Amino acid sequence: MSDKEPLFSSKNLKLLTNPLNVENPITVQVLGICSALAITVKLEPAVVMAISVMVVLAVSNVVISALRKLIPPRIRIIVQLTVIATMVILVDQILKAFAYDVSKQLSVFVGLIITNCIIMGRLEAFAMSNSPWTAFLDGIGNSVGYGVILIIVGFFRELLGSGEIFGYPIFEKIGIYNIGYENNGFMILPPMALIIIGIIIWVQRSRNKELIEES
Amino acid sequence: MKSLRKFVDKIKPHFSKGGKFAMLHSTFEAFESFLFVPNEVTTKGSHIRDALDMKRTMIIVVAAAVPALLFGMWNTGYQHNLSIGMEATIWENFVFGFLKVLPIIVVSYVVGLGIEFAVAQIRGHEVNEGFLVSGFLIPLVVPVDVPLWMVATATAFAVIIGKEVFGGTGMNILNPALTARAFLFFAYPAWMSGDTVWIQGLKNGEGIIDGFSGATPLANAAAGLFDNLPSTWEMFLGNIPGSVGETSVIAILIGAVILVATGIGSWKIMFSMVAGGLAMGLIFNAFAVNPYMEIPAWQHLIMGGFAFGAVFMATDPVTAAQTEYGKWIYGFLTGLLAVLIRVINPAYPEGVMLAILLMNVFAPLIDHYVIEANIKKRRRRVRVES
Repeated sequence: MSDKEPLFSSKNLKLLTNPLNVENPITVQVLGICSALAITVKLEPAVVMAISVMVVLAVSNVVISALRKLIPPRIRIIVQLTVIATMVILVDQILKAFAYDVSKQLSVFVGLIITNCIIMGRLEAFAMSNSPWTAFLDGIGNSVGYGVILIIVGFFRELLGSGEIFGYPIFEKIGIYNIGYENNGFMILPPMALIIIGIIIWVQRSRNKELIEES
Repeated sequence: MKSLRKFVDKIKPHFSKGGKFAMLHSTFEAFESFLFVPNEVTTKGSHIRDALDMKRTMIIVVAAAVPALLFGMWNTGYQHNLSIGMEATIWENFVFGFLKVLPIIVVSYVVGLGIEFAVAQIRGHEVNEGFLVSGFLIPLVVPVDVPLWMVATATAFAVIIGKEVFGGTGMNILNPALTARAFLFFAYPAWMSGDTVWIQGLKNGEGIIDGFSGATPLANAAAGLFDNLPSTWEMFLGNIPGSVGETSVIAILIGAVILVATGIGSWKIMFSMVAGGLAMGLIFNAFAVNPYMEIPAWQHLIMGGFAFGAVFMATDPVTAAQTEYGKWIYGFLTGLLAVLIRVINPAYPEGVMLAILLMNVFAPLIDHYVIEANIKKRRRRVRVES
């Protein structure tokens, strides 16, 4: 075991940092858009969603990676789904028990984490062929990449749409309404989430030219 | 004129490559071609040369919209004085409206052209003339009382998200002026719908005389208040509440004549859109399960922005269908949808805006199938002969 690589080798660190930028699940792979539209009206549900996805993805990645040599290839999808569904139910119950209000706001979208393509994608593409530790890092990296976009979108939508940050009425406190400012109702509608994601993609690709697809 | 030419030639080297202000190259070029017809011609391939370049096209559309604007200015003053119960001459009404509408025009042009110039500078291409028309149409489709910063935000949104991300003038999918209006409509509904926004002063709670209602014909119809509808003549003439330039069918018809006579606006689109609106109106008349469906089909054509949309918005050469058959389909469906949305969905009294934007999205698809059908037809002909 002398050639055992250190836990945080540069290759492993890449698993954590790449999904934040050049392999971002939302802006580059364009996965998980659906939930990014649905739960980013306010910051709080966006953050809770990001954490939930992180837990589900990291744990299922580890479980599937540990079982990868035992799972018969022909039924691997259903095994993966079972693991994900178990994790999602756990997360859902915990949210209901300890954060009931947020759970209410997220409503069906916690259950829909099961169908989040990012999770299936990572299990299928990474966990099935890598060791548990690297799969864990990959899960954390991807869910952080996903969460960062959710939080950016949620920040702008809540700030410009409701004039608040985490429910704190920041625009009212600085008195911007007194000079005629009004909240932008368009920000609360789903299309604006798409437009904000589009702008993030635009900014990212103009800073990082290699991401631009050939047309 | 000659001295101006000399001056432009003198400062030209500064703006060319390597000059002091090479950075501002496209800005300079825009102003130069604004002042003088450029003497460069394309060198490659065969082109049809026409005196009617993009600048002339744009300026004719602007000229065609001028009657609607002038009438809108007068109507702004007229409605305001009517609401507070003041007598005023035509001239006083006009000056009042002029002073209210002018800031909207200025804001729309400054913001829009500012962005256009900046983008041209960054991308290093010429400044396009496309915004000349959009900037003129935006003030015509908003209520007169809309705050100027909202106009600025909407214009910026329309130019950046509606146009520049697709590659600038000629590449946009959606009509920029309508994109700006749709943005305002969804972002600040309190300023874009209701009974108080259409007349200057009402929204700020200025005193009005008893019994005065600022509701537009469409709002009245959507609310089921058919007795409050203005007379046909009033709706045709346009001395009713509404967006600045959309109320007067007469003024819009003058614009339509200019556009059709010069061949810039497609009469096919205008005609088929009217036909589509009439068709949907007649279908509703045939069923007539609620009072809104019972109003005569032709009345839809003079209510709200139907005429304005048909003449100035749907005919936008960039976002409309390009093929001749496609224009018929595009126009007909636009008119059909406009009346459908109006009558069926009370949340969106102005269906014309949404109908045109929706059909803008479908225009390339319509063109695709028209071209495919044509190819198929010709192929069959070849096969028969051979």
